[in-house]
Amino acid sequence: MYMSTILKIAVRNLTRYTRRTLLTATLISIGVIFVIVFGGLASSFKNSMINVITGSLLADIQIHKKGYVESIDNLPLNIFLSSEETAEATKIISGNPNVVASSPRIKFSAMLSNYAQTSGVRLVAIYPDKEIKTCPDLAQRIKGRKDLSSIVNPGEILVPELLFKGLSLKLGDEIVVVATNRDGAVNGVTLRVAGYSEGVMGPSGKDGYIHIEDATSLLRMEIPEISEIAIKLKEFKYLSSSYKKLADTINGDTFEVHTWEHLTPFSTIVKIVDVLILMVRVILTSIVLVSIMNIMMMSVYERIGEIGMIAALGTLPRQILSIFFLEGILLGLISTVVGAIVAVVILTILTITKLEFKFGSMNIALTPGIPWSEMLITVTIVMVISAIATLQPAIKASKLEPVDALGHV
Amino acid sequence: MALIELKNVNKKYHSGEVIVNAARDITLEITEGSFVAFVGPSGSGKSTLLNLVGCLDMPTSGSISILGTKVDSLDRVARAKFRGDHLGFIFQNFSLIPVLTVYENIEYPLVMVKNLPKEERQEKVRSLLEKVGMLNQMNKYPNQISGGQKQRAAVARALVANPKIVLADEPTANLDSESAMQVIKVMHRMQEELGTTFIFSTHDQKIVEEAEIIYHLKDGIIVDRIDRKLRA
Repeated sequence: MYMSTILKIAVRNLTRYTRRTLLTATLISIGVIFVIVFGGLASSFKNSMINVITGSLLADIQIHKKGYVESIDNLPLNIFLSSEETAEATKIISGNPNVVASSPRIKFSAMLSNYAQTSGVRLVAIYPDKEIKTCPDLAQRIKGRKDLSSIVNPGEILVPELLFKGLSLKLGDEIVVVATNRDGAVNGVTLRVAGYSEGVMGPSGKDGYIHIEDATSLLRMEIPEISEIAIKLKEFKYLSSSYKKLADTINGDTFEVHTWEHLTPFSTIVKIVDVLILMVRVILTSIVLVSIMNIMMMSVYERIGEIGMIAALGTLPRQILSIFFLEGILLGLISTVVGAIVAVVILTILTITKLEFKFGSMNIALTPGIPWSEMLITVTIVMVISAIATLQPAIKASKLEPVDALGHV
Repeated sequence: MALIELKNVNKKYHSGEVIVNAARDITLEITEGSFVAFVGPSGSGKSTLLNLVGCLDMPTSGSISILGTKVDSLDRVARAKFRGDHLGFIFQNFSLIPVLTVYENIEYPLVMVKNLPKEERQEKVRSLLEKVGMLNQMNKYPNQISGGQKQRAAVARALVANPKIVLADEPTANLDSESAMQVIKVMHRMQEELGTTFIFSTHDQKIVEEAEIIYHLKDGIIVDRIDRKLRA
């Protein structure tokens, strides 16, 4: 029954020093707004970039021959999956209910010549129908090609943008692609420029696309051997479980399985974004801790006589502790609720207005939505820190001897 | 049987490097329904004695028995419960809770200590407000009423839980003489109506004259005891 009186005293004490309470509450609310809005935007940025990278380049998971990724920079021709191994991997992939598509690829280095100039190029040989199902955003990076029902046909090449412009190529031009196969034999093939591909991270990308039939011919493979199998999942949230399942099922002596994070330095940016969110949370924690502890210590100090008086009247130490504890918790709660409401309004406006910008050649549209989990984490942090910050002054108040508190010796 | 019994009570405390003997070998007995005054100059030990009787402080040596309970052997929480159950307090500086109205201040011990139901609380609080003449001020906050009114509200709060003993530390010190007399009269009336034992410290001679038993203190020692009832 006395809890309602304790609550009444706590609320009225907060309004007793209105200016001080408002200042502290505002500080905490601004912190909460900043954390939620920053967290929402940062998460949206991170997710947009992941979507672009996985949706147009890497896919969610890749399977390689064991040892391939270690030498991935050299695009080795001797660490390929044989047709039997590809079939085995494909069987395992198709048995996973979370996989919606997979695309075998051959990646290799080649020389590209327009008869006047020659340049190095990295080529990705694909089955266009499979590739577009696995990386549906790839079509958006293909420029100059009108018919995107098949992004590249046999006899065609999609040249990287950098080379397309550097070699002054035009659509329909014939160019020669020369490559060395794993036996050291050099072979060449003439392909028609069907378009050019934009690099994900900017114009420095040197990835071109050809049909896998042309690659097998160029590399003199009787049966296609595969560098990697890219896998697209139903939803990104299945990444960890699907990765684990594939890694557990597949023969680890022959294959290696990697999520997109292991295959691009961009995952470091993602980690940095996560660290930034964490740092902002730490700053908020410090603000709440210092603000509430400061206000509650002042409150106890100013009300020592009052504490002595209520203790003399028979108020038990735990009841005195409750009065001050509730006061601090209420301050934290009200500030957090106000901050969270304002943050929701800001994020809703940002979501409606859709902030768009270019990162490299990626078009990023920030649509943060309402990050409920972020809000829940923030509210929990503030409440826990409010409790911790209040506890020390509240314990101090409850331990005061009435005779000392009343000013008597 | 004595309501309050102090035997050879001493209280020493440190004031910087100096040890102060605030109560020296005090032995006294107070019977139920008395109106007792501790009188003496500043530093004579009257407040210390009041704190010891009020279980707000512990003696350095000696024993204190109130209502048959040896209160000097109680721990902090037990003393707080004992105060709530049996004692009422009136302080020199009014000491009402500033964020509660007069009504809520008087109701406070009934909620926090006695945990009584609302109807019972209402009845007790209104009855006491009427007795101290504060019924029309009950919704005001302490900063909206005069010093005399505050002290009358404090008297009502001290009495609301029907304590056997009410202790008042210089209850009229911050009041003008008219308000002081009003407060003392209220205390007297309550003593007669409810049989409550009132013990207060004062150095106001006019107030002293209202007391039935007067203990004169000097340097922590009882130097004189006057029983007006016996004289009468």
